[in-house]
Amino acid sequence: MRKIYLDYSATTPVKEEVVQEMLPYFTETFGNASSIHSFGQDAKRALENARSRVAATVGAASDTIYFTAGGSESDNWALKGVMHANKAKGNHIITTKIEHHAILHTCEALEKEGFEVTYLDVDAYGQIDLEALKAAMRPTTVLVSIMYINNEIGTMQKIEEISKIVHEGGAIFHTDAVQAYGNVKIDVGTFGIDLMSISSHKIYGPKGVGALYIKKGIRIHNLIEGGAQERKRRAGTENIAGIMGFAKAAEIADQNLEAHVSHLIALRERLVKGILASVDYVKYNGHPTERHPGNVNVCFEFIEGEALLLSLNAKGIGGSSGSACTSGSLDPSHVLLAIGLPHEIAHGSLRLTIGDFTSEEDVDYTIEALKEVVQKLRMMSPLYDRVQGGK
Amino acid sequence: MYTEKVMDHFMNPRNVGEIENADGVGEVGNVKCGDIMRIYIKVENDHIKDIKFKTFGCGSAIAASSIATELIMGLSIEDALKVTNKQVVDALGGLPPVKVHCSVLAEQALKAAIYDYAHKNGKTYAGLEGFDPHEEHDHDHEVVDIEF
Repeated sequence: MRKIYLDYSATTPVKEEVVQEMLPYFTETFGNASSIHSFGQDAKRALENARSRVAATVGAASDTIYFTAGGSESDNWALKGVMHANKAKGNHIITTKIEHHAILHTCEALEKEGFEVTYLDVDAYGQIDLEALKAAMRPTTVLVSIMYINNEIGTMQKIEEISKIVHEGGAIFHTDAVQAYGNVKIDVGTFGIDLMSISSHKIYGPKGVGALYIKKGIRIHNLIEGGAQERKRRAGTENIAGIMGFAKAAEIADQNLEAHVSHLIALRERLVKGILASVDYVKYNGHPTERHPGNVNVCFEFIEGEALLLSLNAKGIGGSSGSACTSGSLDPSHVLLAIGLPHEIAHGSLRLTIGDFTSEEDVDYTIEALKEVVQKLRMMSPLYDRVQGGK
Repeated sequence: MYTEKVMDHFMNPRNVGEIENADGVGEVGNVKCGDIMRIYIKVENDHIKDIKFKTFGCGSAIAASSIATELIMGLSIEDALKVTNKQVVDALGGLPPVKVHCSVLAEQALKAAIYDYAHKNGKTYAGLEGFDPHEEHDHDHEVVDIEF
C-alpha cells in the first residue's frame, strides 16, 4: 500500500546527511565533553562547532545558544527561569490562548506558585491584537511569551511588532519558534527576540535535542541543576551525536530555506485548492497567507476527526486532528476554540502538514482519498442527512 | 490503540443506514461532545426484525454502534433491553478506557429506540423502567465504570 506522511509538524524523518554527520559521535568521538583527556576534548570541540553552526542560522552569537533536550524543555526553562530570576521586577506574564501546551501548562504551574498570567485572545485567523497586547502590559510584566508559528493552524504572528511593544513596556520577549525555525528566516537581533525555543526533530534532525537562545544580559535561573555543562546553565552530559545532527539539520534548513519554502507553499496551495474543490461543507482554518508554508488545517462538517484519521490511515495517509477524541480530553483543541470555531465544527478538524519529501502525486492521491473517506463518513452521519434533507 | 474487531467494525460497519417507516427511532449524544448515535428498529412479534444505525463520532463510536446492531438483531425486545454496554465492549474485544462511553451511548441509543416504539404502541417493558431518552449525557458519570 502507498504510504504518505503528512504530519511533518509532528515530527520529520532525519535526513541522510544528518545521520551521516551523527554516526562518528556514537562510536569514535564518544567522549564526555567535560573530560580533560583527548577523548573528551574532541567531543568538546565538536560541541562548540555545533553551537556556532546553530547560532549562525539565527544571527546569534555562539555563546547565546544553550542546548536542551528539546522544545518543551526550552519553553519550560524560558518561562520558569526568567520568572524566578526576576521576582524583584514583578510577577506578571503575558502569553496567548493558542500556545503549545509546553507554554500553557508551564504558565499554569507558575500560576500555582503565585505568578499572574494574562492569556491574550486571537482573531479568527489566529493572530493576536497588538493593541490588546499594549493594554495588557503592566509595570510588573516581566515576560511576554508568544509563539512564532502555531503548530495546529500554522498562523504566524507579527513578531517584530510584538517585540517592539514588549520592549517599550520594559519586559522580556520569548518566542516559541519550534514550528517557525527552518520555515522562515529568523534573525534574533533584527526581530528583537530575547529568548527563543527551537527544536531539532521538526527540521529533519534527531529527536531529543533543541536549544534555547538567551540574549546576553537576560537574567534567568537554571531549570536543570547539576554539573557545569552549558556554561553552568544546563546540567547533564551533552548529547553530542544529537547535537551534531541538530547542527547539520539546521545548516541544511538554512541553506535550502528558499527552495524548501517554495516547494511547500506550492504543494500546500495545491492541496487546499483540491480539497475545497472536491468536498463541500469544509472550512480552511488559519491565515490565508501569514502561515506555515506546509500547514493545511481544515474542518469537515458532520464528521469527527479521529474517524477521519483512522480512515485516512487505512489508505496509508498519516495526518493529525484537533478533535476531542484525538486529544485525549473531552474538548476539541484549545486553538480551534480560540479562533472561534464551535465545538461541533472543531471536532471535524484535520491537519495535514507537508514537508520536503512530499510530492505532487502524494497531494493528488490525498485529495482523492479525502473525498472518498469524507463521503463515506458523512453517509453514516445523522448530522449530514439533516442537511441533505433540508436541501 | 484499537483491537482488530474495532477496526473491522469501523472500516466495514454492519447495518448502516435508515429504516423507512421504522417502528422506533432513538437518538442520543450531542454534537458538542462529538458523538451522536441514532438507531432505527423494525419490530415484529415483539422481536427486533431489523435494525440500522447512523453515527457521528470517533472510530470506536462507529464500531460500537455497528457491533451493537449485530448483538441485537433478531432478539426479543425483553432480551434486547438486557444488552449492556459491557457486552458491547466485550464483543469488540475491549475499548480504551476513554472510549468506554461510546459503548454506553450504543446501549442508550437502543433503549431510546425501544422507548420510542413502546411509547407509540402503548407498551411497557420492565427493562425501560427509569429510562429517560432525553437525559443529558455526562461523560464524567460514564468514566466511573472504567476498570483500571
